[in-house]
Amino acid sequence: MITFDAVTKRYADGTVAVDNLSLEAPTGEITVFVGPSGCGKTTSLRMINRMIDATEGRILLDGDPVQDIDPPKLRRGIGYVIQQAGLFPHKKIVDNVATVPLLLGWDRGKARSRAMELLERVGLDPAMGERYPFQLSGGQQQRVGVARALAADPPVLLMDEPFSAVDPIVRTSLQDELLRLQAELNKTIVFVTHDIDEAIKLGDRVAVLRVGGRLAQLADPKTLLSEPADDFVREFLGHDRGIRRLQFVGTEGLRLRTDLTVPAGFSGGSPEPWVLAVSDDGRPVGWLRGDGGGEPEPYGTFRPGRDSMRSALDAALLSPSGCAVAVGEDGKVAGVATREALDEALAEAADG
Amino acid sequence: MSWLSDFFGDPANWSGPDGIPARLLEHLEFSALALALAMLVAIPLGLLIGHTGRGGVIVVISANLARALPTLGLLVLFVLLLGTASILPVIIPLVLLAIPPILVNTFEGIRGVDPELRDAAYGMGLTGGQVLGRVLVPVALPLILLGLRLSAIQVVATTTVAAYTGLGGLGRFVIDGFATKDYASVVGGSVLIVLFALAVQLVFTLLQRTTVSPGVSRRVKVRQVASGRETT
Ligand SMILES: Nc1ncnc2c1ncn2[C@@H]1O[C@H](COP(=O)(O)OP(=O)(O)O)[C@@H](O)[C@H]1O
Ligand SMILES: [Mg+2]
Repeated sequence: MITFDAVTKRYADGTVAVDNLSLEAPTGEITVFVGPSGCGKTTSLRMINRMIDATEGRILLDGDPVQDIDPPKLRRGIGYVIQQAGLFPHKKIVDNVATVPLLLGWDRGKARSRAMELLERVGLDPAMGERYPFQLSGGQQQRVGVARALAADPPVLLMDEPFSAVDPIVRTSLQDELLRLQAELNKTIVFVTHDIDEAIKLGDRVAVLRVGGRLAQLADPKTLLSEPADDFVREFLGHDRGIRRLQFVGTEGLRLRTDLTVPAGFSGGSPEPWVLAVSDDGRPVGWLRGDGGGEPEPYGTFRPGRDSMRSALDAALLSPSGCAVAVGEDGKVAGVATREALDEALAEAADG
Repeated sequence: MSWLSDFFGDPANWSGPDGIPARLLEHLEFSALALALAMLVAIPLGLLIGHTGRGGVIVVISANLARALPTLGLLVLFVLLLGTASILPVIIPLVLLAIPPILVNTFEGIRGVDPELRDAAYGMGLTGGQVLGRVLVPVALPLILLGLRLSAIQVVATTTVAAYTGLGGLGRFVIDGFATKDYASVVGGSVLIVLFALAVQLVFTLLQRTTVSPGVSRRVKVRQVASGRETT
């Protein structure tokens, strides 16, 4: 656990970058620092590994003040990932990843094989280990940056806008990869971003900072969206806060109808305006009019219990019927969430 | 062109204290000694100032002095002051001449390393010395070598002029040749000097090839990674 205990940072020119910050980043969770540019996120993060020293207050790592630990020793036990990856250009990828293990005195062979293993873990071909950083794309370099930070298996990971410089598609895949890794590794992660969507997606807890380095709100993403502490947080969360909140509403309680499916060869005769044609092996084919006219129309699917209400609503909006198709792990149709069912669930979500 | 064959064909020019091998060796000795002494001063100083960011004014002064000081005048001055009994009056100005390019380029090389990279190195737990030795120097190496090459070429050229003071080196062929109207010696000496300078260039090119990481010089053939797993 990382504890900020009334931490203030005043730079030499008088700028107060962090003002009396007290919070905890619990072990095994992702704590996100989010806020507008210049609000002191980077400064806060860098005080943890003493890249910057606090002016007042203390930062504790599992109860020990970081102030008492020699910086190089402290940093070797904390993974650090920055925006431009900061890979060593003169070293091959594998040697970049092996940096900290080698500093810690591992033998070369062990450090290298560990590095190869990590490249695979972050979704890179181990053959890339023999390349130099300039031969990799920005997204690949960021993956290497993550692998390098994880190499010596530190319990704590600090990430400063690690995915901000890559394009949106790559960013999404890097975020997914981080969540997947975290599910396996359970690191204590402090993640800095200015992107509220990223904060909500990744954070177990989100600390919203305001300019001047003061904590505006610390909450889990769901609470943050439903109960912003003040106007600043509300404004920072943006206008589609309500829709985004549906991300945190489950679909396990959604009422499903199983009487709206018909075989693929359906030729009309249903009293319903729309019915779902299903193939012989149980997969959705498309929506058909109840009178059997026309071609199968597009449909959207969601996985009940696993996907959020936002996905279910999205699936409903993709279909001419306004219904969302529920599918199981195997891709087979489990039922249909009608507009009425969705409406009930939304009403419940709005109450809770 | 008969001058060339006259000069290089004359067996007398290939032996004795004023033969080609002896003069070549003298030239090499003076140049190498001056360069080595200059490196000993300028590289540590450049690394230190570049790494700590303190004392940059020394680099500026050195660079300006290099532009302002007439090397030949300096050479003559030292010879007048110290006589020609030792090689000191030639070596001192040569060293002074050789220091600024090395100092300035070493400093600029270290200073110019991407701050993000420096930051990442510290962030991973490298000590100050490790950051300098394992990251900054390898990345700055092309510039450091450039400084050395510029210095070497200047030193080699100036050593030629140093023959005026009565010392040896390849310059003697040219100067003595003019004095005695032995134009074969002038032309032959000039050719030797040019070849020597080219050899120095070659040495530094090889040094660059062998010491600078392909990751820094970006001289790597892009090999195709044989897999479809690259996603980003
Ligand atoms: N070395 C420094 N000296 C003076 N002021 C600084 C320094 N570093 C950052 N600041 C200032 O401190 C504030 C917070 O900076 P920073 O922590 O980088 O913010 P963020 O990462 O949230 O954008 C800003 O106003 C910035 O200008
Ligand atoms: Mg920042």
